[in-house]
Amino acid sequence: MKKLSNILILALVLTGLLISPVFAQDDMPTDDEVNAIAKQLYCPVCENTPLDVCPTEACRQWRELIRLQLSEGKTEEEIKQYFVDNYGARVLSEPPRTGLNWLIYILPPVFILAGAFILFRSFQAWTKPRAVEADSGPGEEAGSTSQKDEYIARLEDELKNRK
Amino acid sequence: MTETTTPKRGVSLWVQIVIWAFIVGLLALVGVTLSKRQQGTVQPGDEIPDFTLPLFSGYEYEGRSEVSLSEFRGKVVVLNFWASWCKPCEQEAAELEEAWRTYKDSGQVVFLGADYVDTEPEARAYLRKFDITFYNGPDMGTRISQLFRIRGVPETYFIDPDGVLYYVKVGPFLSVDEIKSVIEQKLP
Amino acid sequence: MLAEFGYGVLLVSFVVTVYSGIAAFYGVRSKSSALVESARRAQLLTFPLITISSITLIYLLVNNHFEVSFVYEVTSRSMPTYLKVTAWWGGQAGSLVFWSWLLAVFTSAVTLRKWDRDAEFLPWVIVISSITLTFFLGMIVVFENPFTRFWLSNGEVVPSMFRPSANATIFTPNDGQGLNPLLRHPGMIIHPPMLYLGFVAYVIPYAFAMAALITGRTDDRWTRITRRWSLWAWLFLSLGLVLGGRWAYDVLGWGGYWGWDPVEIAAFMPWLTGTALLHSVMIQEKRGMLKHWNMILVILTYSLVIFGTFLTRSGVLSSVHSFANSPIGPFFMGFVTLTLVSSVALLIWRWPELKGETEMKSMLSREALFLLNNLLFMSILVVCFWGVIYPLISELATGQKVTVGPPYYERATGPLFAGLLFLMAIAPLSAWGHSTVQTLGRAIWKSALAALVVTGVLFATYTQNIYAVVGFFLVALVLFATAHEFWRGARARQKAQGENIFAALGRLMGRNRRRYGGYIIHISMALMAIGILGIEIFQTETQGTVASGEKIAIGDYVVEYRELASWDSPGEGVNYTRAVVDIYENGIYLGQLYPRIDFYYDSQQNMTIPGQRSTFRDDLYILLVDWQPVSSIGATFKIYVNPLVNWMWIGSITFLFGLIYAAWPDRDPADAPARRKVTAGNRQTSAAD
Repeated sequence: MKKLSNILILALVLTGLLISPVFAQDDMPTDDEVNAIAKQLYCPVCENTPLDVCPTEACRQWRELIRLQLSEGKTEEEIKQYFVDNYGARVLSEPPRTGLNWLIYILPPVFILAGAFILFRSFQAWTKPRAVEADSGPGEEAGSTSQKDEYIARLEDELKNRK
Repeated sequence: MTETTTPKRGVSLWVQIVIWAFIVGLLALVGVTLSKRQQGTVQPGDEIPDFTLPLFSGYEYEGRSEVSLSEFRGKVVVLNFWASWCKPCEQEAAELEEAWRTYKDSGQVVFLGADYVDTEPEARAYLRKFDITFYNGPDMGTRISQLFRIRGVPETYFIDPDGVLYYVKVGPFLSVDEIKSVIEQKLP
Repeated sequence: MLAEFGYGVLLVSFVVTVYSGIAAFYGVRSKSSALVESARRAQLLTFPLITISSITLIYLLVNNHFEVSFVYEVTSRSMPTYLKVTAWWGGQAGSLVFWSWLLAVFTSAVTLRKWDRDAEFLPWVIVISSITLTFFLGMIVVFENPFTRFWLSNGEVVPSMFRPSANATIFTPNDGQGLNPLLRHPGMIIHPPMLYLGFVAYVIPYAFAMAALITGRTDDRWTRITRRWSLWAWLFLSLGLVLGGRWAYDVLGWGGYWGWDPVEIAAFMPWLTGTALLHSVMIQEKRGMLKHWNMILVILTYSLVIFGTFLTRSGVLSSVHSFANSPIGPFFMGFVTLTLVSSVALLIWRWPELKGETEMKSMLSREALFLLNNLLFMSILVVCFWGVIYPLISELATGQKVTVGPPYYERATGPLFAGLLFLMAIAPLSAWGHSTVQTLGRAIWKSALAALVVTGVLFATYTQNIYAVVGFFLVALVLFATAHEFWRGARARQKAQGENIFAALGRLMGRNRRRYGGYIIHISMALMAIGILGIEIFQTETQGTVASGEKIAIGDYVVEYRELASWDSPGEGVNYTRAVVDIYENGIYLGQLYPRIDFYYDSQQNMTIPGQRSTFRDDLYILLVDWQPVSSIGATFKIYVNPLVNWMWIGSITFLFGLIYAAWPDRDPADAPARRKVTAGNRQTSAAD
């Protein structure tokens, strides 16, 4: 681990010191075009940092590779595929929607829906005992003449009720 | 929200089973991951499973653009992980090449270079710069580096003629003799 | 000598803590109040002990004792003294000491309270907090000892606490490696302590909850006692998160403040459950419901604190924030297991006795909406938890590492956060017990109309982006509805009491600090939402390499590169490279910005400091990415325009104000009459509304 971080540090130093001639020629893809794709990629050398802002030398090289491939006329999808083939699915900002990876997209909604369902059932269970009295409840409210007074009463009640 | 289980009774058996299964599963998952993280690299004495390394053009092995570890039974395999962005790798590049040239014609030793998370143009420039002639190729999908659980680059793994790892060098070699002395251990 | 002393004191505090836990346990088992009292005193003793040890460590840090390996790792001669002090929590070993010290502060504070009414809780609270402290101290004395020194033994330098061989001598490196420059930012100096304070403070509510479960005292006493603790814990955790965001914005050079990094999420998850707890505890107080659920939440919050700390410190997760691989992993894993299993087992055991008064009159009542709020917080938790855990599953099952990044989290949590905003707008208007569509409708229609008008204006003049429009509508709805709630309350009081409106507002807010502090927090959340919407939806960026005198345009802004200078500052051990750029907006000169790169010699690391121009409308955020020493080509800049992001920080300050307002101890005895009878010794708890 130590050593890897040493290498990272060295790479960082290099980023600062190395000359990277990026000539703004007309046919060369611009930095913005490169970053648009780099934003969606993650380099294994600096985990969890998007490629467009990662300062290491390895990531600078990746960005230059994107530029090269763009200049060869490759599309965004082709470039991303190239990186996946070469460095594995971890370069993508999300797991590709295949096989086991579907779990990550399916499980949270399932859990959330299950939670909502349980909560809904609980509501039903909790309101049921009150079903008999329920008739008078809304009637009272509809019949309340002055909602302002009711509000003051409620507010006073709530403020007092604190223990 | 577990509030639903009727409060008067205890937690129903199947809910308990689900909860405990979840906790055990989570702890097992984290525990296994933790032990994997703490394992470090593969250790001397481990038999290395077969892997395939694609080779850069110009660095082919007997005209083929792909080699498998299993082809080299009977030879000492020196597997070096490197990258063009890695400064310490440059310290040992010339030494590795020199050692390779020493054993090249004996037919008893093979040097393989696995290029870790690198881009091909830069990698080629690096190989040219240090005049490297041994077999080199990209570690596609970081599969080989994951197999060896490398911690960084450079790292060099020495595999004996029976396919068993016998020495690991973490960090750059300081001299050609250091490389040679490790190789000599397994040469007749 | 000092190192041995510091370590010795740590060992003593470890023994004292172990004693305290055991004595409390046997004291309660044998009904010996003398033993419990002894345990309490032992617990109190941990605070001065760990303080002494910490002071020793700080002394070593400040005085360049590089023979101590921790000092060598986190300081260097060129660092200013205040940074050497804060280096205390700049590395694994020191931060564990810091953590233990905070824990001792909290547990000592809680043992000092008057226990008359809650004597049965006391031994168990001591047991729980002692176990936690034992664990942290154990981790320090066994695995991560900050007082370990370097020894020259048989020609090799070995780190060791004691003389490794008879002829070994202490080895003192000339200079230390220095604190990671990323950690030298003021935000980073305060961010970890705040976060740790928040984490550690949650041990108190957890200890009381466990004590309640163990003793079988299942009324809501524990929630009443710990209410203010939870609030302060939540305050610190929230502050820690916000400061972390500010730090990332200023230092990491992402152009953003939150990257959905696993370590950030590990700190965010207890915040989610903690926030849910703040709300659901109110239902228990008002309606006697949800006793189970509150227990679950408090256990979940504490477990997430421990689990998150474990994930980031053991090296299971790797990220910019995490500590390097460390031997504490298996030990920590054992503690996580102990915490999880024992809490869940206790809860299941006591489940039948925690009977709540479950009745619900209306799906629109305040309690029903609070439950919905809890559902949304839990949903966000599920999304976050799964996003952090899934890569581990994938790696084990398929051998394939995957990244779960911002697109996943943003897509999944976006609608949930929108739902929370909506609830924030309507829940304060609904009544406890019963509300109907009519009462709610009557209460909100004016605010909704006003929000619609504002949104309409924004739609016509600012943005047609559907997500932004919905977001701004919700923000406006929260702001209007909450403001209206203040207004209604003040008006009602004004009429009833004949006070002037400001006095009425002041009295109203003073009478229920928690409620109105909470509303201020709601307002602050809405303000932060403006900032989040701004940066998420409207952020623009460009990058370009220009020679001196050339310009880069972005939106209405033009940035003109003037010059660049690079110089060494030997005293600080830093090389500065600073670019000077002129900025123009629509052709009008606005001033100069100075993006720079600082290179720290001791740690051989770069830090990218952006040039920022901040207004309420947007931030112009310029990074110096690269430069050419022979300046024919010039320098490369990355420029972001981050609209509205300032509202994030304005919201944060409002938030701080609201929270302190809500959590500040009430001293006004005039409040007393409304309370049910309390014993004299119970002031602290009864004030905890």
